Amino acid sequence: MSGVTIRDLGKAFPKEDGTATQALEGVDLEIGDTEFICLVGPSGCGKTTLLRIIAGLETATTGAVTVDGRAVTGPDPKRGMVFQEYSLFPWRRVIDNVAFGLEMKGVGKEERRRTADRYIEMVGLSQFRDAYPYELSGGMRQRVAIARALANDPDVLLMDEPFGALDAQTRNRMQKELLSLWDQTKKTIVFVTHSVDEAVYLASRIVVLSPRPGSIREIIEIPWPHPRDRTSAEFAEVRRRVLRMIDETENAQ
Amino acid sequence: MNRQTQKRLLGIAALVVAAALWQIVAEYVVGRSFILPSVTDVAGAFVNLLESGTLVADIVVSLEHFGIGLLAALLLGVPIGILMGWFRVADFLLDPIIEILRPIPPLAWIPFAIIWFGLTTQAAGFVIFVGAFFPILTATYAAFRSVPKVFVEAGKVLGCDTSLELIRHVALPAAVPAIASGIRIAMGVGWMCLVAAEMFGVSRSGLGYQLWHNYYLHQMPNVVVYMLILGFAGLIIDRIFRNYVDQRLLRWHAGEVA
Ligand SMILES: Nc1ncnc2c1ncn2[C@@H]1O[C@H](COP(=O)(O)OP(=O)(O)O)[C@@H](O)[C@H]1O
Ligand SMILES: [Mg+2]
Repeated sequence: MSGVTIRDLGKAFPKEDGTATQALEGVDLEIGDTEFICLVGPSGCGKTTLLRIIAGLETATTGAVTVDGRAVTGPDPKRGMVFQEYSLFPWRRVIDNVAFGLEMKGVGKEERRRTADRYIEMVGLSQFRDAYPYELSGGMRQRVAIARALANDPDVLLMDEPFGALDAQTRNRMQKELLSLWDQTKKTIVFVTHSVDEAVYLASRIVVLSPRPGSIREIIEIPWPHPRDRTSAEFAEVRRRVLRMIDETENAQ
Repeated sequence: MNRQTQKRLLGIAALVVAAALWQIVAEYVVGRSFILPSVTDVAGAFVNLLESGTLVADIVVSLEHFGIGLLAALLLGVPIGILMGWFRVADFLLDPIIEILRPIPPLAWIPFAIIWFGLTTQAAGFVIFVGAFFPILTATYAAFRSVPKVFVEAGKVLGCDTSLELIRHVALPAAVPAIASGIRIAMGVGWMCLVAAEMFGVSRSGLGYQLWHNYYLHQMPNVVVYMLILGFAGLIIDRIFRNYVDQRLLRWHAGEVA
């Protein structure tokens, strides 16, 4: 029910000298309900821009994004976002960060705390419900950010390199947890990463973007079930294929 | 003995030595209370003023002036700072006016304070208002300009639809620490303006007025009493505010910067 349709999407950022940076051009993508899509590509190829347009934080120059047939015109709690930077409100405790969206919806205090508690438990941080963000590690902060986005019960969860700042071990654990959350909540997830390993581990489809102007180079289906074995031969094979593709798009400059 | 008590004791010892030196110099070197009142002169003057009841009354009057001025500065400075920090049009519109008014020293407003308000509490309050308004406005403006973009965007995707909601639930809480620093500065400036406003005759009572009045009467020990009280009151107000902000409002912020 929560498919995302991207049609002929283009985005140009005007520059000081009157020309423009063409960040995206002619992007067509159909994302199915409950799919887990990973966007990969070299730095500056427009991954963040594409995600922000889906979120409604940026407006497209050409083309359009529709979710469930409705055009995206601005930010909406139906499309949750987890940012690359730490975006928790430092003045709110964990519980009140997670309950923020419900508070904006006008949900009563009791009920929104109950709901928030459920999501905090889902990301395994019940012990920290009354902590302030500064008391949390980087991994915990991103878990709270995920819980905060999920508490709004969005149709689509957009994630921009959410684990980019974490160490390798924490990162692997977070990937497992995310898959379990995805399994429990059946959300459509669009996940940006520069780690091909992460993409092959998580995605049902990997979308490889090529830069200047950002456009879709290739879409790779990964039909394997989870959990996936990073050390298997087929995993290594797909990873190599995607890496080579990214290399080629970069060297084509 | 831990460091804290050591620090206390040394501080008190130095104070005692300074008071003793002051007493000796005043009594045996200068020898004229008019030029340098001694510690005992000042203590005696303090007791007299306290017993006569004027001291307490003057403290109350000064706090009233200060309170009026600061409250007005908050009620205007914070909202205007928010408007200018959040809405570009408000910034473009108001910035030139602010830039012209801001460099005018608050005390230069004293003549008009008297003409507009007469010798009333409001007149003194007005001068303090002018002194406190700009630091509060500037701090609020700067705080709003530097709210991290990611907080605002998080607010938007989590359901803040209007500017009002974003300001109330995201920008204002994020800006509170910087606004609080601005208020502290404003209180310092306001306190200085208070003394000057009262001294220049905007008022017929208050600590500043009495300080100047006693100078005319050549009651220099009284002048010293008022000087010390002004210093202490300023210090206490600052401490109370800082403790309140640090402990109640901004637990989260202490952790952020630590
Ligand atoms: N707000 C902006 N203003 C101007 N140029 C931008 C802006 N955001 C992104 N760009 C440009 O668009 C291109 C794509 O950026 P981005 O989407 O951040 O890439 P990625 O996330 O893949 O690294 C880059 O060339 C970048 O400089
Ligand atoms: Mg990016």
